[in-house]
Amino acid sequence: MAPIVLDGLRKVYPGKPPVVALEALDLTIDDGELVAIVGPSGCGKSTVLRCVAGLEKLSAGRVIIGNREVQDLPPGKRDIAMVFQTYALYPHLTVYKNLAFPLKERHVPRQTLDAQVRRVAEMLELTPLLRRRPGQLSGGQRQRVAMGRALVREPLAFLLDEPLSNLDAKLRTQMRNEIAAIHRRLRITSIYVTHDQVEAMTLGERIVILHEGRLQQAGPPAEVYENPANLFVAGFIGTPSMNMLTGRTDRGVLTAGALRLLAPGAPDGSVVVGIRPEGLSVDPGDAGPALDVVVSHVEALGNENLIYAQVTGAEPDATPMILRAPRRVLPRSDERLRVTVDTSQLLLFDKATELRIPLSGPVVPVDDHQAAG
Amino acid sequence: MSIAPATRALVEPLPEDDQLEGTRRRRPSAWHFLLLPLSLVMLTPLLWMLVTAVSTNAESRHFPPRLPHSIHWANFGDVWTTSPFGHWLLNTAIVSLVVVVSNLVLCSTAGYAFARLRFRGSGLVFILLLATLMVPFQVVLIPTLLIVKSFGLIDRLGALVVPNLVTAFGVFLMRQFFLALPPDLEEAGRIDGASRFGVFRKILLPLMGPPLATLAILTFLEIWNDFLWPLVAIQSPQNMTMQLGLSTFEGAHMTDWPLLMAATLMSQLPVIVLFLAGQRVFVRSIASSGIK
Repeated sequence: MAPIVLDGLRKVYPGKPPVVALEALDLTIDDGELVAIVGPSGCGKSTVLRCVAGLEKLSAGRVIIGNREVQDLPPGKRDIAMVFQTYALYPHLTVYKNLAFPLKERHVPRQTLDAQVRRVAEMLELTPLLRRRPGQLSGGQRQRVAMGRALVREPLAFLLDEPLSNLDAKLRTQMRNEIAAIHRRLRITSIYVTHDQVEAMTLGERIVILHEGRLQQAGPPAEVYENPANLFVAGFIGTPSMNMLTGRTDRGVLTAGALRLLAPGAPDGSVVVGIRPEGLSVDPGDAGPALDVVVSHVEALGNENLIYAQVTGAEPDATPMILRAPRRVLPRSDERLRVTVDTSQLLLFDKATELRIPLSGPVVPVDDHQAAG
Repeated sequence: MSIAPATRALVEPLPEDDQLEGTRRRRPSAWHFLLLPLSLVMLTPLLWMLVTAVSTNAESRHFPPRLPHSIHWANFGDVWTTSPFGHWLLNTAIVSLVVVVSNLVLCSTAGYAFARLRFRGSGLVFILLLATLMVPFQVVLIPTLLIVKSFGLIDRLGALVVPNLVTAFGVFLMRQFFLALPPDLEEAGRIDGASRFGVFRKILLPLMGPPLATLAILTFLEIWNDFLWPLVAIQSPQNMTMQLGLSTFEGAHMTDWPLLMAATLMSQLPVIVLFLAGQRVFVRSIASSGIK
């Protein structure tokens, strides 16, 4: 086990024009930490993994695993293991031989090899399957063999490239818990790449958000969720997405639609107001500043309802707001609702730079402030 | 760590392919009424060859053709005594074997290089290679002859081997196979510690069975049955291959048909055995290569 340091990683794929897949990526993954890299398709997250693994040659930068610079070493010399999205099991070899392959390549003595293979097989409940070939296994079993092949030689670092994306939803949840359990037990430094933010939030001790090859934010899941660094992170993290309203700030007063709020420390200019669905309430008993909305449609999820609604007076093509409501609240389409805003959950972003605007105090309704004054 | 019962149920083993295969039943269809007579038509030349091979010279000239009074096995022995048939067989076997092996090795490695290795001009080189497929052999016959002559190989078995060591078609076939393989397999092998050649030998080679069988069969058939190039490159009877040797049974004024057919039948035995042994691979190879 060892820390991984990515120092100024840059990867450009040649072409006309060249494609910049990664740009100046700096990231340190602590010893034994599991970091989840998440982002939309094409953001460069798999490229990071491939650069760490040595499957891609860096255009610039350094990869340090433990105390060694490894960017010029071939993949087999980096002492890392990788689980692929497709599992990449050798189809002509039995499960036993698949698990034994990395050990054989390192000339591990036969007895040690056998003991290690059987230990990992036991841990992953693969012992009854050792004589089968990958073609005779189910998706979950294959996934487990792929994990086993990565674990069998106790590598310094563990790279996982969307390992659960080929599984159905139920098995995915199960395997996610198993990966978390394995990591808790072995504490191998791990990089987990996924496009599924639920996977990233639940597995990662820290999550790293990439967009267009650039690091957007890195931090513990709760911190990234509550304090997104910019509009991209705010919109990407969280299901359903954060609601965005355009507005203006003028001498510390924020105006967005019907909202008039005091935003201490906000510079004057155009802003985007972000508020998560749980920061909006359709309960008529709630007090606070409110927005009038017209319901577009409702998604009944069983445990709750997601209400898609258009803010009254907003542009017709504006993205609808999404509200979480208890399942007893089931409005009809075109019904008008009054939505109360929890101002403590409001976030402000500069419309031009898309960066989060740090505030010097809590956002409160202007009227409350005047009354308090 | 333990696996929940729900997961265990989800990951229960799947039925094996052989079991599924065994449940299929072939039933006669209307197509068989058309295909059976057609296959008899296709068999006729082979049967005629067989009948002629065991006939006397007089019986073979009889019109309308008829079955011989008795089976004249001596024709097969006469082929061996009246001609250097053993030499021809050995020459053909040597040339075919060397060419098949060299094609398997060189076409698969070249195909891998074109599919996986990034090098300057690889696309252009591959297109040029493909372009050679469009040129009929008759066009390059004379230049090939001059090149082989400059190597000092005329009238030697090397003349039959060298121009066929690697073929553009074989490279193309193997490249397409490698392109269809997921690169993850090779990358996993490299991360697991295998060298590039180790990945090729331990991971890819065992998966190359079908395309290698296709290439081997097609190359073998082409070399075993080749007539034109040996006719140009070989003169002495001792160095002739089978197809060239068979032509010596044909005279300007008279042909010993029973001997020719007996020799032809024997020359085709390896091909027939190969076909019967690998019928399934053979049919698949023709289908997958899109040629005949």
